[in-house]
Amino acid sequence: MEMKSTREAFGEALVELGRENNKIVVLSGDLEDSTRCEYFKKEFPNRFFNLGIAEQDLVGAAVGLTFEGWIPLVCSFASFLLPSAYSVLRLSVCYNNKNVKLIGSHGGLTVGPDGATAQSLEDFAITRVLPNIRVICPVDALETKKALCQIASLEGPVYMRLARIPFPVITQDAQPFEIGKANILRRGKDVSIIACGLMVSEALKAADILSREKIETEVINMHTIKPLDEETIVQSARSAGAIVTAEEHQMYGGLGSAVAEVLGKRHPVPLEMVAVRDTFGESGEPEELLRKYQLKDTDIVNAAKNALKRKMRK
Amino acid sequence: MPKFDITAFQEKARHYREDILTMVCDAGSGHIGGAFSGVEILVSLYHYKMRHNPQNPSWSQRDRFIMSKGHASALLYVTLADCGYFPKEELKTFRKLNSRLQGHVYSGVPGVEFSTGALGQGLSVSCGIALGVKLRQSDSRVYCFLGDGEIQEGQNWEAAMTASQHKLDNLCAILDQNKIQQNDLVSKIKNEEPLADKWRSFGWEVIEVDGHNFSELTAALDALDRIKGKPVFIIAHTVKGKGVSFMENQAKWHSRLPTPRERQAALEELGG
Repeated sequence: MEMKSTREAFGEALVELGRENNKIVVLSGDLEDSTRCEYFKKEFPNRFFNLGIAEQDLVGAAVGLTFEGWIPLVCSFASFLLPSAYSVLRLSVCYNNKNVKLIGSHGGLTVGPDGATAQSLEDFAITRVLPNIRVICPVDALETKKALCQIASLEGPVYMRLARIPFPVITQDAQPFEIGKANILRRGKDVSIIACGLMVSEALKAADILSREKIETEVINMHTIKPLDEETIVQSARSAGAIVTAEEHQMYGGLGSAVAEVLGKRHPVPLEMVAVRDTFGESGEPEELLRKYQLKDTDIVNAAKNALKRKMRK
Repeated sequence: MPKFDITAFQEKARHYREDILTMVCDAGSGHIGGAFSGVEILVSLYHYKMRHNPQNPSWSQRDRFIMSKGHASALLYVTLADCGYFPKEELKTFRKLNSRLQGHVYSGVPGVEFSTGALGQGLSVSCGIALGVKLRQSDSRVYCFLGDGEIQEGQNWEAAMTASQHKLDNLCAILDQNKIQQNDLVSKIKNEEPLADKWRSFGWEVIEVDGHNFSELTAALDALDRIKGKPVFIIAHTVKGKGVSFMENQAKWHSRLPTPRERQAALEELGG
């Protein structure tokens, strides 16, 4: 299976986008090498601005560029960009409903040895609570390219999370991608796993393990955290009767919480969340971190079995 | 564009203060002190210097005005209504439910470029506009109206570096330096002096004026046409609560509501 990071795919797709659309401008918080928007910088130096290590100003300047019809993409580490510029994101971007695209790379624990300060585990929570913004976490390199095209052509604020390490490419060119519409990757009637980003491939591996025990598992790629595809969640809850969520994010406020809100409102079923359990990360290799913080396929298998047990008891 | 007419400008300033006072009193809340201090600055911009068209608020060749100190909303709304961006009658809805005239500057109001209210965000946005204007090779200018309490926010200094780094000579920040923030003198809370030296050291051209003197204000604005290669920072020395003797230089008039007796006294003084 091809392995490629979503940040690398983003960097490549950004150049193509820059060629197709001369309104695209890119702002960097002095991390264009890490976020891969340096490819754009090389081809379009006049439409690229490194505004230094100053995230509030970076996002504010992007807002200003929208006034003149430019479509700004702001690229930095998610863990620096969002918390540092949060007041600007809330007022200048979201309250003013400006056409700013925030690209946060280094999402999740798999940032690895840089440790907790660079690992973004709160980005879904702090973005999805804001009105007007869309929140996206592509599942792989191919989906990243599709997502980038779509967010550039729609009006309004978007946050898209990217990841550092190469992921398995699990989608195909022909597979449709629509913001706000989940993709069901595998059908199953016993339990349903709703995941995003890297955790989708862990969920697919978990589904294989479960199938050996005759447990039929549905796997849903919830690439859009907001607006959330409530219909797909409710349908899956109705047919499977038990849900597991999986994300490289804090347990509070992320995809699991968003799914819980929908289930609580519309169709309560047993729910288990695979997520980081209210703790910061640390240095380590990505694989070691996923294991230590219980975000592996086996952890999803255990969560699925717990959800199934609770379903049976009902 | 009307020419310099000091009598007409002074008359406008007097009316603006009356209208601001009436708006805040009718709303039952608002910020009078920091609106009064900026009256002559906005009159000079909207009636002397700025290129704008109330019949076509989104005219692409217009100059941009960003009111970063969003609490002085009454001042901007009064100015825009007077220019004809929306009916003056609408000022009565200030701060009321379902009104466009939100408590802090709101972009849903015709003529308002950008909503503000959390201090410190306007200058970065102004830098972005100035960058975008240069990128599309337009000659529009960007004006950013700042409060002196406001520039305690660090984002201003990030933006100050961006503006000089990118030689944004189409950007002019105007500081309404009334020297008082919500609870006390700026100098007693977080001293900003020497302010002119600070902005010069950040690469800006600095001009200091009496912010209530139309001759000095308009001269400073005309000087913008001659300054190339760097952004301009106009320090307008002003008086908080200017125009009503018992409101002047009093921190409490940042957001206090006048009693009916004070309202009457203030109107009489302004009507002078």
